[in-house]
Amino acid sequence: MSDNQQSQRDAAVDALYAEAGHWHINTGDETIHAKRVGGKWRRLKWLSDSLWLVFFLGPYLRWGDRQAVLFDIPNRQFHLFGVTILPQDFWMLSLLLLFFAILLAVVTAIAGRVWCGFFCFQTVWTDVYTWIEEKLEGAPAKRRKLDQAPLGWEKIRKKGIKHLLWLIIAFLTGIAFITWFVDARQFWLDLANFNLGTTALITMALFTAGTYVLAGFLREQACFWLCPYARIQGVMVDNTSAVPTYDFHRGEPRGRVKKGETEENRTTGDCVDCNQCVAVCPTGVDIRHGQQEGCIMCALCIDACDIVMEKVGRPAGLIRYESLDSLNGKENRPMLKRPRIWVYTAVLALSLVGIAYGISTLDAIEIKVIHDRQPLFVMQSDGSIQNKYTVKILNKMNEDMDVKISVTGLEGLQLAGAEKPITSHHGKVTPRVVFVRAPRKSIGGGSVPVLFRAEGVDKSGQPFVSERQSVFMGPDQ
Amino acid sequence: MADKNPFPGENNTGHIWDDNLRELSNPPPRWWTIALWASLIWVIVYGIIYPMWPAPPGSQGFTKGVTGWTQMNEYNTGVAEVEAVRAEFETKLAGMSAADILKDEGLSAYTVASAKVLFGDNCAACHGRSGQGGPGFPVLVDDDWLYGGTIETIEQTITGGRKGVMTAHGKILKPEEVDELANAIIEGKPESSPLFLQKGCIACHGMDGKGMAMLGSANLTDSIYRFVPQGDQSQLDSVKYTIMHGVNDVTDPMTREAVMPAFGERLSKGDIKKLAVYVYKFGGGQ
Repeated sequence: MSDNQQSQRDAAVDALYAEAGHWHINTGDETIHAKRVGGKWRRLKWLSDSLWLVFFLGPYLRWGDRQAVLFDIPNRQFHLFGVTILPQDFWMLSLLLLFFAILLAVVTAIAGRVWCGFFCFQTVWTDVYTWIEEKLEGAPAKRRKLDQAPLGWEKIRKKGIKHLLWLIIAFLTGIAFITWFVDARQFWLDLANFNLGTTALITMALFTAGTYVLAGFLREQACFWLCPYARIQGVMVDNTSAVPTYDFHRGEPRGRVKKGETEENRTTGDCVDCNQCVAVCPTGVDIRHGQQEGCIMCALCIDACDIVMEKVGRPAGLIRYESLDSLNGKENRPMLKRPRIWVYTAVLALSLVGIAYGISTLDAIEIKVIHDRQPLFVMQSDGSIQNKYTVKILNKMNEDMDVKISVTGLEGLQLAGAEKPITSHHGKVTPRVVFVRAPRKSIGGGSVPVLFRAEGVDKSGQPFVSERQSVFMGPDQ
Repeated sequence: MADKNPFPGENNTGHIWDDNLRELSNPPPRWWTIALWASLIWVIVYGIIYPMWPAPPGSQGFTKGVTGWTQMNEYNTGVAEVEAVRAEFETKLAGMSAADILKDEGLSAYTVASAKVLFGDNCAACHGRSGQGGPGFPVLVDDDWLYGGTIETIEQTITGGRKGVMTAHGKILKPEEVDELANAIIEGKPESSPLFLQKGCIACHGMDGKGMAMLGSANLTDSIYRFVPQGDQSQLDSVKYTIMHGVNDVTDPMTREAVMPAFGERLSKGDIKKLAVYVYKFGGGQ
């Protein structure tokens, strides 16, 4: 090492230690002002943050003459591009929820709290809010000073602009949320004309206030004390999960860099105790204490430590993605040999298959047949037996359709009440009472299965059919 | 009481008994006090807005409150809202006959929906909630009608009521004759017995035994019986009973009672019209 290099290193180390006194672990009694240092993981976090732009811009996608994705609750229709899902298809939602729950589990088992660190709205919004804070109020030391400074014009100006920007983002968040549920174009029109309904206004107010308070003030406290997922995900991490870990074998005993001491004669570990990992931590924890509930595994401390290691001329990766097992020299069991991953993957695949099956077999029309219970059957004067049914035709298309009803399964069946085609209204259930008669001799006794069939043709001439089994009842023989 | 406070600094009132038993002055929390006063104020405000206080002794009633709100008003407003929704249909129905209503699908559906309560209140006690009949009471869901199943006759039946009559034949016929007739009826071929003609059954039930709607006499050929067996009685026994004791025959104390009361005075014409449609729509209307 040349003298020049040596002095550069010393200067860098001096600067680090001059700052180190500021940083201490989060005890919840003051605002965490985390330092931003940049780096690989920081860039990745911006990328994952930006995925949330879909949340803001998604509602403006159009599909034909309507919004591409619209959860139309008043009309009980969910539009997903070309697919319209009615409440009757909602079993798919449970599969979707199952899919995401298991996805969360499998990702956590493999790489820890990826959701928390990179995707969660709480950490993402907090990230953006503190970024704005830094742009306006400066580095953490300045922010702390400003917090303590007496109220003056400068403070009011800086804080005022910050809170205004925060509120604008919160407001836009509220609007973005609502526009998934009401038509976005119509929403802006209504907003401009002060014509919004109570539900929209209340939702918007709640989201604005919620975002502002949670991302602006509660921040990491929400992860510590409010969030149930944080706790659940912590449980799913085990010794084989690769998570941001401080290599204590390499780092300990930590010790400050002593001037004049050469690397060869060093008695301390690689950790120079500069507290930079604490400085950049958005939740204010010390990664060197090991895995802990406060760690959202955003990997920003990896960036910080690597920068320091480079400065002091030691190999990077003192903090890195590593499992506890491999850190302790145990061989890491490969993914394929871990039954947990297999079970997770199987459930993931099953739920995906279920959803795919559901979407691909969405019927345009669907009939349900309800047999009248009282009386189960009626004897007619010509010796035949009559059963009464309520046929419900669900039309999931975007147009009304005339539907013909027929019934088969028994010799001499006669259908009354549906002589003319029934107009089934789109997006609705159209009920119709029908009577079915059968000669007494064709019923063996008790109940006989019969098949109802609804047929319709849409404007383009494409036929649609739905069938439903029911029973025809008669007296016991 | 001590002259000098021996327990300073603990917020006591200076009232001390038996050396160390003392009264402390710990006020309730601020939020509690605020809630208490807010509740008191609310009671007063409520009393001004809503009816609340009984009138002074000796007089009737209560204070009305400045808004004049009453439960009955609220109820009436609610009813008026429903009536307003119904008005569109009701005005149409008012000018139509029951037969016309049946021709209109939408109005029929409305009538069936709105007559359900009427049927429940006035008819279901005897005919069953779904018109399935009951012990001793006719089934309304089949197509076998004593007085005819057209919409007009159904309306007449509800308006004027019905009371069928059949003479008790217990003293006129011998037991074996009753047996023979009853068996012929169970087989659905009453005319196969010569007694059917000889004993004058045809006068009411007709030559073919199919009954006459004008008289309300039963069709004896279709195996649908106006009087179904009670208990462990067989259908044959039930038929014999009817032949022997008749229907509404005042000379026989064991006679079948079968009276449909008249609803013409009890219900409005509009309601009867709706009920007729409702009954017709059970599936047996002709």
